[in-house]
Amino acid sequence: MTEARVFFNFEVTADSHTLAAYRRRGGYQALERALYSLQPTGVEAEVTLSGLRGRGGAGFPTGKKWSFVDKASPVVYLCCNADEGEPGTFKDRWVFEQAPHQLIEGVLLAAYALRVRHAFIYLRGEFDLPLRRLRAALMEAQDAGLVGERILGTDFSCDIIVHRGAGAYVCGEESSLLTSLEGFKAYPRNKPPFPAVKGLYQAPTVINNVETLATVPWIIAHGGAAYARLGAEKNSGTRLFGISGHVERPGLYERPTGYPLKMIIFDDAGGIRGGKPLKAVIPGGSSTPILKAAEIDGITLDAESVAAAGSMLGSGGIIVIAEGTCMVRLLQVLSRFYRHESCGQCTPCREGSAWMDKIVGRIVAGNGDKGDLERLESITRGIMGNTVCALGDAASMPVVSFLRKFREEFEYYIEHGRSMNGGRLEI
Amino acid sequence: MSCLTDKFDRLRRTYPAEMTSSLVLPLLQLMQEEKGHLTESDALFIAGYLGVPGMQVKEALTWYSMLYRRPVGRHVIKVCRNIACSLLGAERLLEHLKAKLGIGEGETTADGRFTLLAVECLASCGTAPAMQVNDTYHERLSEVEIDRILQELA
Repeated sequence: MTEARVFFNFEVTADSHTLAAYRRRGGYQALERALYSLQPTGVEAEVTLSGLRGRGGAGFPTGKKWSFVDKASPVVYLCCNADEGEPGTFKDRWVFEQAPHQLIEGVLLAAYALRVRHAFIYLRGEFDLPLRRLRAALMEAQDAGLVGERILGTDFSCDIIVHRGAGAYVCGEESSLLTSLEGFKAYPRNKPPFPAVKGLYQAPTVINNVETLATVPWIIAHGGAAYARLGAEKNSGTRLFGISGHVERPGLYERPTGYPLKMIIFDDAGGIRGGKPLKAVIPGGSSTPILKAAEIDGITLDAESVAAAGSMLGSGGIIVIAEGTCMVRLLQVLSRFYRHESCGQCTPCREGSAWMDKIVGRIVAGNGDKGDLERLESITRGIMGNTVCALGDAASMPVVSFLRKFREEFEYYIEHGRSMNGGRLEI
Repeated sequence: MSCLTDKFDRLRRTYPAEMTSSLVLPLLQLMQEEKGHLTESDALFIAGYLGVPGMQVKEALTWYSMLYRRPVGRHVIKVCRNIACSLLGAERLLEHLKAKLGIGEGETTADGRFTLLAVECLASCGTAPAMQVNDTYHERLSEVEIDRILQELA
């Protein structure tokens, strides 16, 4: 492939994550260009022009998000959301481990555009190698005058603080991340006000995903217009797509947006394990609605195309499921997760996620009740749209879509007290 | 405690002065690294050090899953059992570990060497199935690989 690559544009070696290697491939030249020849508004304008949309899941235009911040505010914070926790998603990890300086440069460019003095990288607590790589990269950058006071001899000063999470999925939700960063259990906040207006310690705050920020150096180096020409029309650029589950070659692939879903599954990832037929695909992380094999024809990897098929591109974590998998037990894996991760603040999510998990659990145990499927659907209606953050919806969407797409498996399980697929998850 | 407060002071200087409250998690993590697990009085010590309400630190301690309120073994084994790992055999591997160690989920071996936990997603979906032993990730696991890892730790 000859497409431009924003991430996979170097060979991973034992030292390719270091400052010296990053500089050899043109690293920090975008920062120099910005600090020496662009105003902060110029950086923001390039990002707006690029059409870059957030890579964390929601896909909000990055330039627009930056534009909401009152730049005259005495304090503006930047938080890099590095709390990667959505099952099926493992893209940001690659950036910390293999390209930490690309992230740091992106954070600095965003901080320059937004007049940020203190930027935070809220890193998922479990990540050990990413933490070590990120800390080492920050030390290198500090020693080289790239982070801290008067960066590259200019008036721009910015400290980057790595803040380690402690194992809570909800901290990936932007307002929960702020509550956690303020030292509390991470209850999400009602919006509005949005963080761009009142965020960390009540100050205007921009929260961007790792992949989003790590894309900014490329945009400044090559120009927003060049980035806008990559990929699909309304979803410019490339994205990191993770493929997992029953495929021959699971892993991380960088592809332009608009790339065919079938091609990434059957060509890049080598198709289904053992040559089995495809049963279903979860296209954008575990919370996005599942699609049956027949529904993925013609889908391209951009938000509009996946939405038209009734799901979401989300974080780009594609989970592939082969024929023969028990969908009832698979839903149990997901319902257990969302029950575990519900923060407990909103009653519909706290009680609803536990209730759903309990019902799915009793179906799996062979004790399902005739009204259980209607009960599950009724619970999802009670949760969706009635909670402070989107975790309630995330817990409900798999239940709704699994029941809609694979209802006969659930009915069979309840009627016979056992799985029509032998309860298999592993193929 | 003075050696610990030295470490606290060092960490505190890395945060902006107005962000005292943000130090709750980093200090709990630092203390856990020193002590293995945390008690209510540890939480109150941190609250006193930072000058924040004791309830705030106690809530954080009870809420975050990576903070331990009970003693754990020298090696904490966390097996991911979320979707991608399950599709590639996480349940089988968890059963293998239980049999090998002679303990159930959430338990610690009698000699205090191993604690076995099932966790929700380690972001290793592309290299599933995965587990974490203390801080180290082990990916693309098989029973043979698990046996080798346990032997190395023994």
